[in-house]
This record gives sequence, structure tokens and C-alpha cells, in this order.
Amino acid sequence: MSKDVKISKGANIKLKGIADKLHTNTFIPTEIVLKPSDFPTLTPKLSVKVGDKVKAGSPLFFNKENERILFTSPVSGEVIEINRGEKRKILGVKVKADTETQYESFVKADPLTLSKEDILDNLLKSGVWPFFRQRPYDVIANPSDTPKAIHITALDTNPLAPDYGFIAHGKNTIFQTGLNALTKLTAGKVHLNINGNLNADEVFTSSKNVQLNKIEGPHPAGNVGVQIHHIDPINKGDVVWTLKALDVLTIGKLFIEGKFDASRSVAFVGSKVKKPSYIKTILGANISNIINGNVEEGGRYISGNPLTGTQIAEDGYLGFYDYQLTVIPEGGNNQFFGWMTPGFDKFSLSGTFFSKLMPNKEYDLNTNTNGEERAFVVSGEYEKVFPFDIYPVYLIKSILVNDIEAMENLGIYEVAPEDFALCEYACTSKNPVQQYIRDGLNVLKKEMA
Amino acid sequence: MKVLDDMMQKLKPKADGKFPLAYTVWDGMYTFLFVPGHTNKNGVHIKDGIDLKRTMVMVIIALIPALLFGIYNVGHQHFLAVGNVLQDAHVCEMFWDKFIFGALKVLPLIIVSYGVGLGIEFVFAAFNKHSIQEGFLVSGMLIPLIVPVDVPLWMVAVATIFAVIIGKEVFGGTGMNIVNVALTARAFLFFAYPTKMSGDEVWVSTTLEEGQQLVDGFSGATPLAKAVEGGTEALNNMNASVMESFIGFIPGSIGETSTLAIGLGALLLLITGIASWRIMLSTIVGGYVMAMLFNLWGANPFMELSPIHQLVIGGFAFGAVFMATDPVTGSQTNTGKYIYGFLIGVFAIMIRVFNPAYPEGMMLAILFMNIMAPLIDHYVVEANIKRRLKRVSVNA
Repeated sequence: MSKDVKISKGANIKLKGIADKLHTNTFIPTEIVLKPSDFPTLTPKLSVKVGDKVKAGSPLFFNKENERILFTSPVSGEVIEINRGEKRKILGVKVKADTETQYESFVKADPLTLSKEDILDNLLKSGVWPFFRQRPYDVIANPSDTPKAIHITALDTNPLAPDYGFIAHGKNTIFQTGLNALTKLTAGKVHLNINGNLNADEVFTSSKNVQLNKIEGPHPAGNVGVQIHHIDPINKGDVVWTLKALDVLTIGKLFIEGKFDASRSVAFVGSKVKKPSYIKTILGANISNIINGNVEEGGRYISGNPLTGTQIAEDGYLGFYDYQLTVIPEGGNNQFFGWMTPGFDKFSLSGTFFSKLMPNKEYDLNTNTNGEERAFVVSGEYEKVFPFDIYPVYLIKSILVNDIEAMENLGIYEVAPEDFALCEYACTSKNPVQQYIRDGLNVLKKEMA
Repeated sequence: MKVLDDMMQKLKPKADGKFPLAYTVWDGMYTFLFVPGHTNKNGVHIKDGIDLKRTMVMVIIALIPALLFGIYNVGHQHFLAVGNVLQDAHVCEMFWDKFIFGALKVLPLIIVSYGVGLGIEFVFAAFNKHSIQEGFLVSGMLIPLIVPVDVPLWMVAVATIFAVIIGKEVFGGTGMNIVNVALTARAFLFFAYPTKMSGDEVWVSTTLEEGQQLVDGFSGATPLAKAVEGGTEALNNMNASVMESFIGFIPGSIGETSTLAIGLGALLLLITGIASWRIMLSTIVGGYVMAMLFNLWGANPFMELSPIHQLVIGGFAFGAVFMATDPVTGSQTNTGKYIYGFLIGVFAIMIRVFNPAYPEGMMLAILFMNIMAPLIDHYVVEANIKRRLKRVSVNA
């Protein structure tokens, strides 16, 4: 049985610099960093110290609250630095890569022949586990839960997002092996949610042992939270695990080759990139040799997409979950009577800019906030881009006043910060909506623990 | 513009210096001239071009047709009253005389309203150490448009002070108020100085120069007052038929008379999406339905007035377009907006017809529904919670 979902609320933000569908280059980084900050609410504990030799798949740190969850090195080499911030908080573990990668070996077997425990064990030990995220709270899944379902999103509708079908094309066996491992982990179904706007790649449509759902509509249709809400909504007490389709490839490779292969394709995009295209690199890679000579001056580097990604320095490192490196112009210029300009070059979800007349135009947006933070005034603008049967403003207000019962009733278990990214984009009063939701989820997680 | 920017930066007073008000004023001026180049640090890296200033300015632009028409109509009504032009002369006769007379009457009201209101906003902003919020930009324009032309300036000042402090600042400023600020000012005037806000004498400027006198049979009454007495016939006799009222050369508050000019503003608000079409539509539907019910009842001539005629006289159109749609005081949920608007329309016509002592039912209806809006939203949200809880039992 499959389900067709049509989403009408939302908006695609069309930016300049989308990737051409070809792989231009392979960048083997000399250094990688694994950042605990990529994992919300994680308290890391180190397993290594500076000078230790590690292989790809050797643990660098683990979750203090659940010691089975390991974070392993994507490359082999030597731990050369442990970055700490205030109160000795661990910011990153830096590994200098060998020229030839050596891998820890893990169980190599067809997951259909393995037991649930063996599969879990293999995923946890290899460091592939953190790819599994759970709703509620949008954090790394707890391996001792049995989820109601596992949802995999095979489309990314964020601005400048990579085409998952292009990256996964032809890797049918690897993808199917990954899916097979997942089917053992849930009592319910594994849902593969594919693109209904265009023809989804054959690697997704030919998948077996899963329920294929077609998702149609503008962003945030690609957000797994939106898909879950329309396919099989989460109620209080339910746990659902989520993955990106590209993460399934890493799982598949683990069971076929018996190693943690952290290489991945990344969309190198944005108006400041000279030739936007796909590149091959490794999770946590240093971006300095990627951008070297390939970008124009004055850009902001974002690991991820412009809505939910993280700003990184020009010698920063790609995030754990990110298959996209975006470079867009940095703002910062004061705009003379900026609130009165006709606005041919600004994309707005309101109708107050002439750019509304050009629906297919691609924009070159910079990082200006285009206004100051204000009290909440305009009503109805979040609802236009929020395809949930949830009242977003009431949910946010319940979080701001820390009313846990209201948060539960208003649907906080179903949402993640990324689902509010468009609301934050559209907000006339420039409120940090994603941060509000993250705070609310953290409060609730603490309260329920 | 670099020169101006540098000059402003040079003048910048210290934020925590001896004169916090000086900084607030500077900040208000500076952010008016330049949208500061703040960039996003966390969360989304790109943001929509719109901000609160632009939103508010759109509403002011939408008010311009009603304002210009109001100014002209003030002159027009005056010259009719003193007999310089005749009722059946072309409306454009003595165009500039009318316009200049109107401007001289209306501009002082606008200046007082903005001066007093913004003054209070600046003081409160300095006191609370936050930047000026743009809410009063619209309120300051609305207040002059919803008062009779001959209201004394000091009354406007007092009403503005009352509205901004008691109506808004005590609740925490822009975005936090319970009732519409401009309507609070009007309600204050209405109940504190009824002789200047109601009756037949206040709607047309009748300041006479030497040698002038009012024409025979001049009454100055608004169509609303006439309709109470004589229904459709009385309106047609005073040149306020449906079409004439729609165009708007009738006595009334400055900005409210021309449904046509208000309609132009409404069009802009709807195209830009600034005002809620749900509220506007349901308010008009509510008023229409109620007027139709009164038609069926037909106990007096006012009840027999056709629904369309009800909607084009008095402040109904102005209220539906510019007051009911205030996003802060109106209903926040989409379902709630339909109910909220519909009830405003119903109550406005009901108050008008049942209680001729309060001919301006629209003001009271909106203020009442402002207070009821959170209740409506509460039940809409509760319904959503119940619906979502039901999913559990369906699945189980």
C-alpha cells in the first residue's frame, strides 16, 4: 500500500547557483573534525586523547547518557586536537588523515539473515547509528526503543538542495541492503517518501520491503516531519525514527563491505560558487581545499542549506548530516530607505514587493535580516507556509511561557526546528523561530527523562 | 548615501548615556533612513525582504485615497453649507479652494495626532530601553480620519494620549494591545466629549467668515442620523442615495465617507496580503446578512434600508477595511477570523438600528469583538487539540 500526499502550503525559495548534475571533483581532506554540536542535546565523553592513532570507524567520543551510541572517526589517522570552549565544553575532535585510509572491520552480512540485536550492534559499534534521528525531540534515536515506523525522505526541497536521486543513482544494491537492515528494526512499516513533483529516480522507485509514498508540493514537502504528519501522524507516546535516503547508502555500505565508509557526495552550491556542481568528499571534511579557487570573495560558508544549515569559517568543517555546502553573499550593508524600495531583487512571501510579478526568477539573496526584530504583529503568515494541522503561533507562545501541557497539546511532538524554517524566513517581526522550537524540545526532553 | 550614513554615525549619542531619549530619537531617525545591515547569525541565513516598517507603510499608502478624498470632501461640504457652491453644481467646481480649505482643516489634526502619539512612543521606548516600534505609524494616521472635522485639536491630543498610554503602552506596547488604538481614541472622544462627537453640528466645518451665512435648510446631519429618521427616502432627499454614498460626497468623519476611496485602499491591502481577506469578507457578509434580516422584520424605515445602502453609509466600510483587520487585536486563527469578522458586521448593523443614540455601531462592534477575539481563538485552538487527540483513539 502506498500513499500519495499533496502539500499545498509552503513555498520554494529559488536561489541562484543550483548544482549542475555532474560530479566535478573529488576532495580528500587532510583533516576532518567531528563536532558534537551537530547533535542537539548531546553530552559527549571522549574516548581518545591527542596523539592517539585511530582507524575509520574507531570511536572518538560517545554519548554520556547512552554509552552504546558511539561517534566514530570517518578517516584513519592521528587525533591532533581537541577543541574546547567555555566550561571545557568539547567543540570538536580533529583527526589528521592518513593518505591511505584503514578501516575497522565490522560484521559483513546480508541484514535479512541477521537478528535485530546483531543489526543494532553493528550500527552502534560502527558509528553509523547517529544517522538515525527520532521524533519526538528531533535528536539521535534511542536504540532501546522500538519505533512505530521508520520514515526515510528521498527528496530535499530546501533552497539549492542536492538531488538525492542523482547522488543515489545506480546504487540499487547498496540502497536495498540498507533498507533491509531497517525493516528489522521496527515493528511497523518502513516508509520511503519519494518525490511526486518529478519522476523519482529508479533506485528509489524499485525499492522493496518498504511502503513507497509520493510527496508532491513546495517546500517543506521534503521535510520528513511534514511527511510523517500526512502519512501516519505521531501522537503522544509514539516514537518514529527518521533518516535521509542518502544515510541509507552509508548503512548499506556497512553491511556489504563491513566498514564505516563516510565518503559522500555533496552539492557545492550558491551564487558565490563559480561552477556549482556535485563533489565527492568525506563527512566532517575541511572545506578549505574545496573552496580554494572555486568561489568568489565575500561569501558566507554554510554547511547545509541556507534555511537550516550552520555557518562555518572558510577553513571550517562539513557537518555530520549535511550533503550540501552553500556559499551565499554576506550582507551587512545599511540600506538607504530599504523598507521603501520597490524590491525587484528581493524575494518575499508577502505581496509587498514587485518581485511577486516574476514567479520564476532566481534570486541572489544575502544574509541581511532586512529589518529589526519586533514584537509579534502580523498574523497568518506562518500558517501559509506551515503544512501541519497545528497552530504554529500558539505552539511558539506555549514554548515561550514554558507551558509543558500546552506544548504537548499543541503538537510539539510532531515538529522539528527545520519544519519552522520557512516561518522564520517569512516572519515580518524577525523572530528566531527555529531556536524557540529547539528550546521547547529541549525543555520537554529534560522534563520527560 | 554614504555621506549621510557617516554624518548620522557621527551624531550617534551613547545608548546608556545621560540622555536615553536622545539615543531613542537618534535610533528612530537612523532606522527610518537606513535599514541597518544586521545579518543572521543563527537559524535561517536568508530572510524575507519584508519588515514591520514596510508593512505599516503599506497600510498608510492604502489610506491615502481615503485621506485625499476626505480632505476634498471637507472643503466640499463647507462650501455647500455656506452656499458658495450649489448641490447640483459639478463636484469639481472650486476644486482647489475646496482642497486647500480641507487641507488646512485636516493637516493640523494629522500633525497633532502624530506629534503627540510619537512623542509618547519615544518617551516610553527610551524608558524601556527598546527601539521604536512602528505600530503608531498607522494609528497616527487613522485617528484623524475617524473624527469629525471640527473636533478641537486639544481633544485629539488628549484622546491620543489616552489611547497610546492606556490602550497600548500599559499592555507592553506595539503588538501587545487588546483593543485597537485608534478606536480607543475615538471611543474616548465619543464618551468624554459627546457634544463634539455626535449630533448634527459637528460633521461639516461651519466656521463662517464675515458676511457668510449658512444656506437655508442646512442641517449638517450625517446619512446615518437621517436614515434613523426616515430610511431610504430621507437618504435620497439629502443626496445620499446608494451611488452617492458610495462615491462619498456626504457629511461624516473625515476619512469614512467614500466607500470608493476606501475600496482602492482595500484593493492594495488585499493584493499585498497585508490585511486579512477573511476578516474583510466576513465583516461585509455579516453586515449584509444582518441588514437583510432587518429588511425582513421591517419595523421602522431604518430597518427597511437596503443592505447595500447600510454598508456604504457611516463608518462601516472604513472599519471593515482598516480597523477590523488590525492583526494585533483581531482574531489570530484563520477559522477565528471568519467568526470574528462576521460578528463585527452583525453587531455593527444591530447597534446602529437598535440604538440610535450610538449611531456609529461600527466602532463599538469592533471594540467589543477585539475583546472577544481571544475567546474565539481559544475555542478554535481547543477544537484543534480535540481533533488531534481523536487520532489516538482512531489508531488504537
